[in-house]
Amino acid sequence: MQKITISGFGGQGVLSLGKFISYSAIAQNLNTSWLPSYGPEMRGGTASCSVIYSADEIAAPVIDHPDILIAFNEPSLDKFEGAVKEGGIIITNSDIVHKKTTRKDVKLYEIPVDTLASAINKRGANVYMLGILLPIFGDISEEAAIHAVEHVFESKPKVIPSNIECLKAGIAYMKDLLK
Amino acid sequence: MKKLWKGNEAIAEAAVAAGCRYFFGYPITPQNEIPEYLSWRLPEVGGAFIQAESEVSAINMVYGAAGAGARCMTSSSSPGISLKQEGMSYIAGAELPCVIVNIMRSGPGLGGIQPAQGDYFQATKGGGHGDYHPIVYAPSSIQEFVDITYSAFDVADKYRTPVMIIGDGMLGQMMEPAEIPPMRDLSTLPDKNDWAACGHSDGVPRIINSLRIEPEENEAFNIRLFKKYEEITKNETKCDDYMLDDAEIVFVAYGSVARICKAAVVELRAQGIKAGLIRPITLYPYPTNNIAEAAKKDCVKKFITVELSMGQMVEDVRLSVNGLKPVEFYGRSGGSVMMPGDLVKYVKEGK
Repeated sequence: MQKITISGFGGQGVLSLGKFISYSAIAQNLNTSWLPSYGPEMRGGTASCSVIYSADEIAAPVIDHPDILIAFNEPSLDKFEGAVKEGGIIITNSDIVHKKTTRKDVKLYEIPVDTLASAINKRGANVYMLGILLPIFGDISEEAAIHAVEHVFESKPKVIPSNIECLKAGIAYMKDLLK
Repeated sequence: MKKLWKGNEAIAEAAVAAGCRYFFGYPITPQNEIPEYLSWRLPEVGGAFIQAESEVSAINMVYGAAGAGARCMTSSSSPGISLKQEGMSYIAGAELPCVIVNIMRSGPGLGGIQPAQGDYFQATKGGGHGDYHPIVYAPSSIQEFVDITYSAFDVADKYRTPVMIIGDGMLGQMMEPAEIPPMRDLSTLPDKNDWAACGHSDGVPRIINSLRIEPEENEAFNIRLFKKYEEITKNETKCDDYMLDDAEIVFVAYGSVARICKAAVVELRAQGIKAGLIRPITLYPYPTNNIAEAAKKDCVKKFITVELSMGQMVEDVRLSVNGLKPVEFYGRSGGSVMMPGDLVKYVKEGK
């Protein structure tokens, strides 16, 4: 089971990264839930979503202590870093987030995901981040994630190849980092 | 691939699959995806979507469509549901089948748009005037939203009664994989030609009305209505439980909160505390017997009712337990939501 909190500015693809994770989990035959923050914060403020996947039935869709926090901006890091589970993981978009976490008991990965993705697809940062996550998850295959990307972009088939490229580049980047 | 459905959209598509072809509503957060979805989906299947000028108007359009024998629905959120109460009382008084969805937000008044369960009294005790109850369902997952919406129209037709489905902003906005049942063949829908004002009564007038000016007539009607509620209680009461067999601490919760309790049960069990959960699926009729039976068990030490309100369902839990065991209450309101860890702490530390 993974409990993931994703947070950032509205428009950074926060909610859709959550959907990519959920669809990847479905393609891997896992259970999943996706819970967004809703209301005015979606328009300009900080948007967040809670994504859970598990081989078992998912009880609460709310997350008090995420295994993984993905912070696409600094307010998100400030807001959620304290909640991350002891020994958990924080991933920041280091193109925008310049500060470090104050937590000493978590693993921090600073990934310049905007820069890395824009070489392939300017709008591919969240799919690149999905790639970053897969080696951390360990239980969702690349094939399942590709299925998810194909499914989400079903109505825009033109963008599928570059997004799959972002996904693969993200996986390779993270595998390298974890070596 | 199994599709992810947002709660609100799942309700909408399940209603279409169930043969609902008419929706009347007025926008309000956090249920707007229901009318938004149906505004394009209903015309696709030959139905009609009307955004009325107000909630009062929308519920009266439901009254009219249901009176004409149409499978129809409306949806709203708490303040909007309050506006519909007069119409709901008339619909109950005219014995018309329809489905009303309330995706609750916080109150009183305009309140806020975050999840709440403060409309329990309004939903279950008959929020409008007079002696009546709608059947009230409280699903706790997107698949259960789908399954209950799909069957709700048949239940409404069977008893000629309004059916409410209540959720909250969390369930309305979240996504989970769900499967929508097959599209209902409209020729298999119940025949209403023996009572509906549908223009097929060979010149014999049909009267859809709730005016019964003579006390004898009105009392006889009310007695008959409550005989019907007895039958509904016998046939339609639904309740789920989790880890109840040897439970010493029993949570009672519905909807999204039941899932938070379930997570707390798992955590408490991992810490050696025997917790369990009773989850009413129908709030009216209330699963009184399920709770009363649990109260009789020696292993059960106490009940904790958990709600996103200042304490409403707890009254029905106390009536069901009838003094056999202590009944405590844990609630959050105003749009704040408890976490599983809060409940674990409450059980262990009593606060």
